[in-house]
Amino acid sequence: MTVGLNEFIILSALLFAVGFFGVLVRKNTLVIYMCLELMLVASTVALVAFSRFNGTLDGNVFVFFILTVAAAEVAVGLAIIVALFRKRGTVQVDELNSLKN
Amino acid sequence: MANLIFHLFAALTLGSALAVVLCKDTVNAALALLLSLVGVAGVFVLLDAYLLAVLLILVYAGAVVALFLFIVMLLNPRTATSRPYKKISAVAGTFAVGLLSLGVWSLVTHGQFSTAPAAEVFQAGLKDYGAKLFTTYLLPVEVVGFLLLVAMLGVIVLSKKFEEQEELK
Repeated sequence: MTVGLNEFIILSALLFAVGFFGVLVRKNTLVIYMCLELMLVASTVALVAFSRFNGTLDGNVFVFFILTVAAAEVAVGLAIIVALFRKRGTVQVDELNSLKN
Repeated sequence: MANLIFHLFAALTLGSALAVVLCKDTVNAALALLLSLVGVAGVFVLLDAYLLAVLLILVYAGAVVALFLFIVMLLNPRTATSRPYKKISAVAGTFAVGLLSLGVWSLVTHGQFSTAPAAEVFQAGLKDYGAKLFTTYLLPVEVVGFLLLVAMLGVIVLSKKFEEQEELK
């Protein structure tokens, strides 16, 4: 194993940045949700790298729980999107502006 | 060798993550997300977290991306007539990501990251996970199980049609 900790942290940060960019920029709720998942996965990369370089298993166990929570989150979030679509007929965030004014 | 493989997987991950952000079509974005997760699973294998790599593929590729594709099929949201993003939010997003990258860059150049090599001994077999999960992390396991139950109930309530609600509309 010749790759240092820095490389993994940079990869994690860049993946997080790309997901962040997507969340800020995109207008489709489903794509925003996918970018949120990307940010979550980026954080798990950092945790696994720290765990490996520290020689303990705890970071990996955290990632275990993060995966579980992410699965639950996706189920609830997509149900909310479906309910929203049923009510409003759109998933574009710029058309979901009934709280404006 | 490990270096080359790491850069390959990192490029795959970041490239398909960019594709998720830039693809106009939602289905293409979901498939790019799948590819990005495969890249992350490869990075996990490089970090000796074999179980997590398998779980990532199973949970994300098997459940999450499939669910996304299913929802896209169900809703069939019409493709946006204009650009998929606003100019002002693109500027704001680029600025924010620039700041984030600047922070990472300054951390790398001026920070005090440990350059120590990875720990020699790393036990990450199924047995070790089981021992950790059912001794040290027993309470979180119970809480997460309860969370899954709550999420299931929440999804049922959210997707059920209530007559009163229909009348209100």
